[in-house]
Amino acid sequence: MIGEIVDWFTSSANWQGADGVPTRVLQHLGYVLLALVLASVIAVPIGLYVGHTGRGGVLLVGSGNVIRALPTLGLVTFLFLLFTDSDVAAIIGLVVLAIPPILAGTYAGLQAVDRAVVDAAEGMGMRGGQRLWQIEVPIALPLVLGGVRNAVLQLVATAAVAAYVGLGGLGRYLLDGLAILDYGEVAAGAILTALLAIVLDIVLATIQRALVPRGVRLAEAGTKKEVEA
Amino acid sequence: MGIEFRGVTKKYPDGTVAVDDLNLTIEDGTITVFVGPSGCGKTTSLRMINRMVEPTSGTILLDGADVRDSDAALLRRGIGYVIQHAGLFPHRTVLSNVATVPLLSGWDKRKARERAAELLETVGLPAELGKRYPAQLSGGQQQRVGVARALAADSPVLLMDEPFSAVDPVVREGLQDELLRLQSQLGKTIVFVTHDIDEAVRLGDKVAVLRVGGRLAQYGTPADVLRHPVDDFVAGFVGKDRGYRGLSFLSAGDVLVEDVPTVRVGGAPGESADWRLAVNDEGEPRGWLPPSSTVDGELSESDLVAGGSLYQQGTPIRGALDAALSSPASLGVVVDADGKAIGVVTARQVLDVIENHPQGVTR
Ligand SMILES: Nc1ncnc2c1ncn2[C@@H]1O[C@H](COP(=O)(O)OP(=O)(O)OP(=O)(O)O)[C@@H](O)[C@H]1O
Ligand SMILES: [Mg+2]
Repeated sequence: MIGEIVDWFTSSANWQGADGVPTRVLQHLGYVLLALVLASVIAVPIGLYVGHTGRGGVLLVGSGNVIRALPTLGLVTFLFLLFTDSDVAAIIGLVVLAIPPILAGTYAGLQAVDRAVVDAAEGMGMRGGQRLWQIEVPIALPLVLGGVRNAVLQLVATAAVAAYVGLGGLGRYLLDGLAILDYGEVAAGAILTALLAIVLDIVLATIQRALVPRGVRLAEAGTKKEVEA
Repeated sequence: MGIEFRGVTKKYPDGTVAVDDLNLTIEDGTITVFVGPSGCGKTTSLRMINRMVEPTSGTILLDGADVRDSDAALLRRGIGYVIQHAGLFPHRTVLSNVATVPLLSGWDKRKARERAAELLETVGLPAELGKRYPAQLSGGQQQRVGVARALAADSPVLLMDEPFSAVDPVVREGLQDELLRLQSQLGKTIVFVTHDIDEAVRLGDKVAVLRVGGRLAQYGTPADVLRHPVDDFVAGFVGKDRGYRGLSFLSAGDVLVEDVPTVRVGGAPGESADWRLAVNDEGEPRGWLPPSSTVDGELSESDLVAGGSLYQQGTPIRGALDAALSSPASLGVVVDADGKAIGVVTARQVLDVIENHPQGVTR
């Protein structure tokens, strides 16, 4: 088994052309990023609006749970039958999948901002938009980005499975390998998918560290210490 | 800028009447304290001034103008507001926290930061603290930053909601002193909320005692409220030792200051059968030398018994009584404004003065 995997990875044919690793990785990455951007464009504004105004919180949590309960593969299949285009179906399915974690992270992030801080912002004479962008968003950032990371992990995994409606990307190795019983290829697909997920998560963690304001990190460290003590 | 409540009532949507027909005039340049038990509507009353809460009925006038006639955000930028637990912005440095209102009002960055640095000094914080984040400050320091941030509005009105409640009594007393010192320089109209009657009496030119249900129980000077509570509720609220606390408002003008034998630290004391007050070269009291103590050569501070509290001449008589009661020699040390010892008083003399002024002399 290990030998087959090593053979697969060392065979130069697997690194070239339309079915080569670089192409497949880029494809996979493309689906994930496209779905992530589309989902963020939809989920972040809604999360910000609900979190900032406090209006519609119950509805938001409820619909998030409904979406989460949808079987993604079933959804993608249904969309495929609807649109008869694997790319469109898969991307829509992935977007739907990525919305709940981003929505939840954004909403929870704003909800978690200390009442006294929001109150002070208002009492100092900030208008709604100033309070949102200058105070609430920077403080909510760790949880918002946490939601994005969750979404990315799910996207990487699901984009692989969506290969069965004809999508490209790393999922192809899994399906094509299974079809010809080439277990080296199947394992390689799984390994590459996992690696991509790990690398993306590390990249996002780095971005998160760079974006979250120092004061917020210090405050978080402080509360953690208090909890431990 | 005076503030006037005219028939102000606040009923929250759930039916709670937080403030009930409040009529009150807050005079320009004074500290007015709202005091009362938890839930009596102090915060609600305060927040109606800057429109953080809108009254159900009635009017609030700020310098004669209905607050509802101004844009809420602009109104708030013109009113300093210190909220309970400071509410500092965790992601901003101390300096930018303090600069919040100037920046909102469109000052340029440099000017706003200079102003903020000045204010840190005003509230007694070292300039280096400006670079820190709120999470790196002690509770007392955070409260000071909260006060500095409110002062940055440079407004004639300052609203303070239990600004010192989260710190220990010693720090709190320091912050209170500082507020009084600041007020003597700034002369703002300050509305201060607390549930601590001692703090109310200490800080207020006027005290408004509220009872649960949001009704004004009594409004007057602290001396008035302590000495003539209008009913059992106020009497109960101001507490058992209000007689002693009332001494805070009695002048000690007639107390006879007696001479006391002194010895100089660093000098040769010789022998005596009496308590002797040790002073330094500036004439400031350092402690007491007990009767018939023997000192070889020069008198040093380690030969002394620590003194009691000091009574500064011209301040209320409560301090004189305390000085006498806390002194190891039973003699309260009286100092002048520069801290030089000028003599002593006994508790008996102080009590004589109190007994001759049953109504007291209010400040
Ligand atoms: N947003 C709100 N909705 C409903 N009821 C409220 C609201 N805010 C305050 N109340 C109620 O109004 C009453 C007065 O509240 P307020 O906060 O003014 O009291 P307080 O005197 O400041 O009390 P404390 O000393 O505990 O701060 C209380 O019974 C409180 O429960
Ligand atoms: Mg309150």
